[in-house]
Formats: sequence, structure tokens, C-alpha cells
Amino acid sequence: MSAIKHFIKSFSFWELLQGLAVTGKYLFAPKITVQYPEERTPMSPRFRGLHAQRRYANGEERCIACKMCEAVCPALAITIDSEEREDGTRRTTRYDIDLFKCIYCGFCEEACPVDAIVETHIFEYHFEEHGTQIMTKEKLLEIGDKYEAEIAANKQADAAYR
Amino acid sequence: MNEMIDNLLTTGLEIWNWFPADWQTLLLILGKIILILVPLMICVAYITYAERKIIGYMQIRIGPNRVGPRGWLQPIADAMKLLFKEVIIPTKSDKYLFLIAPVLAIMPALAAWAVIPFDRGVVLTDVNAGLLYVLALTSIGVYGVIIAGWASNSKYAILSSLRVGAQIVAYEIAMGFALVGVVMASGSLNMSDIVEGQAGGMSSWYIWPLLPLFFVYFISGVAETNRAPFDVAEGESEIVAGFHVEYSGMAFAVFFLAEYANIILISSLTALLFLGGWLSPFEGLVEAGHWLGASSFFWFFAKACFFAFCFLWFRATFPRYRYDQIMRLGWKVFIPVTIVWLFVEGLMIVAEVGPWAASTGAV
Repeated sequence: MSAIKHFIKSFSFWELLQGLAVTGKYLFAPKITVQYPEERTPMSPRFRGLHAQRRYANGEERCIACKMCEAVCPALAITIDSEEREDGTRRTTRYDIDLFKCIYCGFCEEACPVDAIVETHIFEYHFEEHGTQIMTKEKLLEIGDKYEAEIAANKQADAAYR
Repeated sequence: MNEMIDNLLTTGLEIWNWFPADWQTLLLILGKIILILVPLMICVAYITYAERKIIGYMQIRIGPNRVGPRGWLQPIADAMKLLFKEVIIPTKSDKYLFLIAPVLAIMPALAAWAVIPFDRGVVLTDVNAGLLYVLALTSIGVYGVIIAGWASNSKYAILSSLRVGAQIVAYEIAMGFALVGVVMASGSLNMSDIVEGQAGGMSSWYIWPLLPLFFVYFISGVAETNRAPFDVAEGESEIVAGFHVEYSGMAFAVFFLAEYANIILISSLTALLFLGGWLSPFEGLVEAGHWLGASSFFWFFAKACFFAFCFLWFRATFPRYRYDQIMRLGWKVFIPVTIVWLFVEGLMIVAEVGPWAASTGAV
């Protein structure tokens, strides 16, 4: 009996027609494509993009050269040199992130005791020359200054879940 | 203004008359060939666009929409890109065969159009053995693929060409038997006669008495053009791109053109042989003289488009067949089915049941 059933089923293309019906139905379904430069998907406050270094409201840089981020970085992308400044505080003389090594895991941000290194929403960037992929302290601070309002807002939005 | 046009026409006519008579025939044939091939090439270009669009839509995507309005210039951009790319010839390949292979692939796909009637009397050469000619040419197409695989000196390419060889042999037989059914029904090998034999409305199309042969023919056609789900020749997941791994630039583009020209050819043939080509499906249903009942090129085009759409639909739907299953389907299902149905058809002809018995008096 089942052999006859199988015979009829295969010669009437039953399963093939079922498959065709599915694709035929989706031919007329609303399309879910996001047309990127014009349309964008919403981003989580936790999005991990390009890095930035923040400052306190009085203009003092947050980073205290504790090297927690350097230690936690799984890709060994961060290099830090430090010194004792004239006022007796410890500061970095060099804070480099190699973006070719960075895997954007966000561990540096998690490890930072003073919320100095953060990852921003910026994900559209490129490098035109070899060497420019190293984010120096100056570049990081510059990004931090430019996007401070946004960074602070994201930190605020995520604070409730930490 | 009118004088100018008249002058132009008379000088044109003078130039035309200046040619010897046999030159005129040659030029006329050449003109007809161009008249067929140029729209065909445009169709080929736009079926690639249609494929990307339709498969995209079936996967809930939009498909190409950036080049030109709604992406309409995409195939032209693709063609330009391939034109300007280098044709890389592998060092240890057979250079002569390597370059002749794409030509061998596209030649039959284009040459077969010589006997395809587009409308009543609109055909390049109305030969009596048209169907035989088409069958012969579509089988030659596989040589291009086999030679490409051999000349590339690549293991993927040679594997692919072996697969194609065996597959085409298997399905060519089933396809030939299916066409025998059509020939039995129409009593003629002439393409125009086959279509005319189906005159008299939708019910007298050969698809109804020859339904199993129609399915065998169309599925074999899909296998013959190496399209999904029978695309083991390309088999991206197993042998990279099969016979055209080593091809680039225009040499690759010619293979691409051949594949899509073959799709259009198989679609048109299916429309001609089983769905009454240019005959209107509403013939006899609407009153005589109504435009819906009139046979025209439009009906042929619409039917061919439907089958071409089916090719794309199949590609979007079915996963690739396993190779031994392809062989099983070809040898152990299609060939027995066609033989059984040819026998049934023979009985129908002897017993004079069937739409062709009264109208053409075949046998």
C-alpha cells in the first residue's frame, strides 16, 4: 500500500509542488531588505564600534594607565606606556590600539575602572595608508571629545542593566 | 523634408540594386540572422537580471536595484565588466582547445534558432527536419563543456566535464523519446507543421495527450542545460564552479551566455512542441476576430517566458540532486516512462482516440 502511495506521490510531483508553492508564496511576500546607506537598522547602546577615550567634565583625561585593558585584551591590540606626571598622578605617554588586531570584543571597556576607554557607535571608517590603523592616544581622545554626548547617553541607557 | 526622405530611399534602393542577386540573398539572410540574434542577446542579458531579481524576491530580498533605474542597467554593467577583464589562460592548458570551447558551447545554442518559428511563417529556414536539427544541435552543446573541462587541465574542471558527459547522455535519450512522441502526434518533423497540428484551442495542444512526455521533456531540458536542481556540473559546494573554474573575462561570459541562451531555447521549444507556440489559448473560446483568439508572436513569447520563469523558480526551490540519483532518474524513471507512453500513444493512434486523429490524420 505504501509503495503505491509513494508511486502516486512521486509521479504527481506532490512534494515538488509543495516546495514550489512555498517559494511562489515568498515571491509576493514583503521584502525585508534594508537598503543600507539610505536605511539603517536600530543600534543597541552596547554596540561595539570604533574606540574612544573620554575626559572628565573639567577636561582631565580619565585614563590612569592602570593597564587593565592591556592585560585583558585577548588580541594583544593595546600597548600602553606610562609616567608620573608633575602633579604626582600616573598618566599614559602612549596608548595605542592596533585596529587590525582588535576583535571588538569590548573587554577593554569592561575592564576599565574609570570608563576611560569605550567603544562607540562609529562603524563606518577606513584607512588609506599603512600605519594609520594604529589609534594613538591623541586620535582616541579626539573621537572621545567629538562624541562625548553620545557616549554618555549610551552609558546612561545601559547602566540600568549592569 | 519629404523630398529628402524620398531621395534617401531612392539612393538606398539604388545601392541595394547595385548588389548582384546572390549577394542580395546573402545580405537578406544575414539581416534576418541579426534580427533574431540581437533580440535574443538582449533577452539573454535580461534573463540574468530576471534570475537575480526573481530568486531574490523568492528569498525575501530585493535583488539588484542600484545600476540604473531599479537596476535595469545591471546586465549591461556586468557585460562591460567582463569585457574589460583579462582572459587568463592557464599555463599548462591546451590553449587552442581552451579558447575554442566557449565558442563550441554557444554556437549550437544560437544556431538552433534558425528553425524556431516565431509566428506563422516567421522563421529563418523552414526546413522539413527542423526537430531533428534542433535535437542534433542541442546535443553538440555538451562538447563545449567537455572540451572546456579537458583543456583547463584542472581536476575540478575534468570532474565536471565527466559529470556533464554522463548526465547529457542519460537525458538526451529521454528527451529524444519525448520528441518522438511529438513527432508521432504531428506526423511531421517541421516545426511550423508541429505547431499548426495543435490548432483549435487549448484542448488540442499536445501537452494533454502527451502529458508524461511533456514533463519528461521539460525536466530533461532542465538537466540538459545544467540548471538547478541538476547543476552538478557547476556544483559550487563540491567542485567550485566545475568546467569554467579556469575561465575568466569574456571566455567565461560566453559560457554564461550559452547557458542562458539554452534556457531560452528549451523554453521556446517546450512552448512550440507542447503548448502550441504562437497559437492563442483562447482560440474557439472567444468569438472569431477577437484579439484574444488571434494567434500571434505575443502568445509564443508569453509561453516561452513562463517556462523560462519555471527554470528560475526551480533554481530558487530545489536543492541539488545527488549524482547517482540523477542517473537513476534519467535511466530508470524517464526512459521507461517515455517508452511506456510511446506505446500508449501508438495504441491511441491506432484506436483513433486523441485530438490529432481527426484533424491531421497522422500515422
